Amino acid sequence: MRTKFSSRLLAASSVLALGLTATACGGAKTGDTATSESCVDTSGDTIKIGFLNSLSGTMAISETTVFKSLSMAAEEINADGGVLGKKLEIVSEDGQSEPTVFAEKATKLIQDDCVAAVFGGWTSSSRKAMLPVFEGNDALLFYPVQYEGLESSHNIFYTGATTNQQIIPALDFLKQEKKIESIFLVGSDYVFPRTANKIIKQYAAANGIEVLGEEYQPLGSTDFGTVVDKVKAAGADAVFNTLNGDSNVAFFKEYKGKGLTAAAMPVLSVSIAEEEVPGVGVGNLEGQYTAWNYYQTIDSPANQKFVTDFKAANGAKAVTSDPMEAAYTSLHLWKGMVEKADSFAVEDVIDAAGGVTYDAPEGTVEVDGENHHIAKTALIGEVNAEGLIDTVWSSEKPIEPDPYLKSYDWWKN
Amino acid sequence: MSMTRIYPYVGWLLLALALLVLAPAVLSDFRLGLLAKYCCYAIAAVGIGLAWGRGGMLVLGQGLYFGIGAYAMAMHLKLADAGPGGVPDFMALYGDATVPGWWEPLRNGGLALVVILVLPALVAGLLGLAVFKRRIKGAYFAILSQALAAAFAILLVGQVKTTGGANGLNNFQGFFGYALFDPANKRMLYFLAAGILLISILAMAWLYRTRFGELLVAVRDGEERVRFLGTDPANVKLAAYVIAAVLASIGGALFVPIAGIVSPDDVGVVASIGLLAGVALGGRASLLGPAVGALLIGYAETSLSEAFPGSWSYFQGALFVLVILLLPGGLAQLLGMVGRLNVRRGNSVDDHSPRGVPRGKQGETEVPRSASEEAAAR
Repeated sequence: MRTKFSSRLLAASSVLALGLTATACGGAKTGDTATSESCVDTSGDTIKIGFLNSLSGTMAISETTVFKSLSMAAEEINADGGVLGKKLEIVSEDGQSEPTVFAEKATKLIQDDCVAAVFGGWTSSSRKAMLPVFEGNDALLFYPVQYEGLESSHNIFYTGATTNQQIIPALDFLKQEKKIESIFLVGSDYVFPRTANKIIKQYAAANGIEVLGEEYQPLGSTDFGTVVDKVKAAGADAVFNTLNGDSNVAFFKEYKGKGLTAAAMPVLSVSIAEEEVPGVGVGNLEGQYTAWNYYQTIDSPANQKFVTDFKAANGAKAVTSDPMEAAYTSLHLWKGMVEKADSFAVEDVIDAAGGVTYDAPEGTVEVDGENHHIAKTALIGEVNAEGLIDTVWSSEKPIEPDPYLKSYDWWKN
Repeated sequence: MSMTRIYPYVGWLLLALALLVLAPAVLSDFRLGLLAKYCCYAIAAVGIGLAWGRGGMLVLGQGLYFGIGAYAMAMHLKLADAGPGGVPDFMALYGDATVPGWWEPLRNGGLALVVILVLPALVAGLLGLAVFKRRIKGAYFAILSQALAAAFAILLVGQVKTTGGANGLNNFQGFFGYALFDPANKRMLYFLAAGILLISILAMAWLYRTRFGELLVAVRDGEERVRFLGTDPANVKLAAYVIAAVLASIGGALFVPIAGIVSPDDVGVVASIGLLAGVALGGRASLLGPAVGALLIGYAETSLSEAFPGSWSYFQGALFVLVILLLPGGLAQLLGMVGRLNVRRGNSVDDHSPRGVPRGKQGETEVPRSASEEAAAR
């Protein structure tokens, strides 16, 4: 019995091995170039687009709001007659807060649903996971969140800030307005904070600011006793905060609890927007600074409409934030590109992208055809007693995107 | 051979037909790619079936071994893409653009395959020696194995410069000389994964019938008895645990070129429980249950999340609750019930429980006590 069985095992294995060798023949070798055929259907009176946001998992709380503002933009566009006369048909997928799922669902949207463009992603890891999928299939992704820069894909449009539109202006503000001479860096342990801090340290070295400490905690960590002790002991003029998510709650509670104040040692955060303020607690955040390109308090007709419509759709307590605005803007920008190109084809849209403008809630934005980012005005805000953020400093005019920081001679990657 | 002994092989043949003939004929390239991914999970699940279903060791942290295989393969693919002496793209971005010494051996494809097979065996062997020889078992072993998977994921996240951190490793161009963008090569990868899955199930069928297989069940059902009968249960458990680790590593290694990415999320606690869920669903002690369960869980998760992007996780939860409440022995138990119905009708089924399906709570078994003791005494 036993020998009979092992021989059967051997036989089955050899058959499979033969089959594999047979299928392997004829496959392309490395170094060959890819050719991908688009399956987007433009014959009907609708056009499919994909929304890919984490609707479950740790990022769901943030990304669901992006999904809502994307949906609102799509409804607006449809009410207005659609794009090139075609109504938008939304295919929504859940990225589940996991890079692997983002890659899988992006492939599904492109190959199976044949969408004309995909909107979504939040974390850097979700974007990095999707990048080869969009490049390999020659498809379009619109990514709506501020990020660590040093990237510019042919197939991605970045409608959030790159570092020279958020982090560097924030440092300019601290140096020029707050006259700081020293700084302490606190961040979550992943790619964005580490890259941001690499930039901050080089800026500091070139501008005579002393970096008194650099502390990282794992994403989701709520243990900040030691970190805040170190911040207090170092006595820097300001703290630059790149913590993400729940960690902010623990950090700011500890910060206030140990008697540190916004007046004596301000904290400038780059990942806390209107959406996150109630979670951290207005009492813990009041008077602290944030750096973004949009706040709900912006006084413009475009923003008043955006805020009113969003509250009408999602309840009076709903707030609007920078990533939501950037997502909303991204769909309108794609519409502008398609209409300028008079085509839904990916390469036509990319060719037409440069110079496309949109009168966004944050102000008028313009697409850079070279690096696929958009020019944005940097705004430093201060959290007020109602939990909203007031602009206290701005770059006055939109800053041209420079993802690789080529125009900063102090930067060496 | 009696009818019930043949049933699993009929099942295996049906599975082989479905995977090797039916699926490639009817599925699109994208769907076949997803099935290939489920096959990778299923290979790990087959190992869990051995360790947990047959050996009674609740291996809550197989993501660790899945991850060892996956990262070893991913590192090799990254180095192969970079070319001789080249540096993987992400190292230039986050680090100082030098390849760390412990990456270098993986430049060699053959050596990478050796690492994928030997490293998990070494890690599981050392861990198993430390744990089983001290008679640590039950919940303590489960917690320990899960803690290791968690620690491994945290370690990966912390080492951005050498492991890609939370981003993981992705953007692979080739797989041992074959370009990964080519659908023909992706089909080849599918056949590779499906083939290895089918072979690993056959290997289990053989293993379950050996003296070792029977000893393993005996250890699960009465560890002290086996010890009194003169066999060290630790050695038996160690062997099963090492085999499960190697299978998980092979699944992980295949996962990388198929999914095109590996990140700490794929190897941590949640991923480890995901691997276990399929095994529980399919029936942990049956031959085909773990693999079929893993394939079904993968399919269900994809279909549910596509149909209900906003609320699919509730359906998934409900599915688990239903299975645990109604079918503690998994789907294999369902087949067993059908078998018993046949007996009542007077059909010629000579054993009213299919091999290896535990009825009721863990620890109960279909193998008669005397058989276990006999095996232990041999």
